[in-house]
Amino acid sequence: MLQEKRIPIIKIGDYLIVSIQVDMHDKLAIQLQSQILESIEKTGAKGVLIDISVLEMVDSFIGRMLSGMASMAAIMDAAVVIVGMQPAVAITLVELGLEMPGVDTALNMEKGIEMLNRRIRQINE
Amino acid sequence: MTDPIENRNWTRLDKQTIQAEMDVVKVRQLVRYHAKEIGLGIVDQTRITTAASELFRNMFLYAEGGDVLMDAGIYNDHKAFIITCIDRGPGIEDIEMAMKDGYSTGDGMGYGLPGSKRLVDDFYIESTVNQGTTVRIMKWI
Repeated sequence: MLQEKRIPIIKIGDYLIVSIQVDMHDKLAIQLQSQILESIEKTGAKGVLIDISVLEMVDSFIGRMLSGMASMAAIMDAAVVIVGMQPAVAITLVELGLEMPGVDTALNMEKGIEMLNRRIRQINE
Repeated sequence: MTDPIENRNWTRLDKQTIQAEMDVVKVRQLVRYHAKEIGLGIVDQTRITTAASELFRNMFLYAEGGDVLMDAGIYNDHKAFIITCIDRGPGIEDIEMAMKDGYSTGDGMGYGLPGSKRLVDDFYIESTVNQGTTVRIMKWI
């Protein structure tokens, strides 16, 4: 019964774009984490944008997965930006007591891309 | 037991079982559905769904699953949406420790119980070693 939906990862220029469209169970979250890291390695991407605007909740497990991925990506010289978090999700995450160190967030995809562009320019200067 | 887990005057909205990992997702979606139906706002829907998700994961990881009851009822003069998680797992030896941030005995992150408590209006836990754990959370409507 356990359907393994793979979450697609799209490469555009130097960036990977991941749009999470399903409520993830824990295994799927872990799978996505390694999938993204493998894609960074394969493509040499400099940034990853993860759109979570469809997610209606982020609990401690998914929160930890996202921040863990940001740390691992940083070691691989790629920046992770979480895009489109719903306000209710943001409020709940803070109340849950979950800090997500090293995770950058942007209101939407466009702002997320600007954030990554700025960061890469800074590194190149 | 000073705090009765169930009240006969409450209205049973749903009863579900957590056995597999996918059940955690399915049942938390049902929590969201009932929270919305009962009239909770979007932030409270998210709070109770997230709190429930933490408890369901605990049941799945530590107790091989368990039962979930969803009720609507009055508690301490509040109209409430009530979720009760009952498992027959190993139980919790030191509840005080388990309620501390960052404390975990297993694969969990240690945010389960204390995080869940912060997100709801009422939190009640009772546990007997080798018999199981019951956690009840409420959100005022």
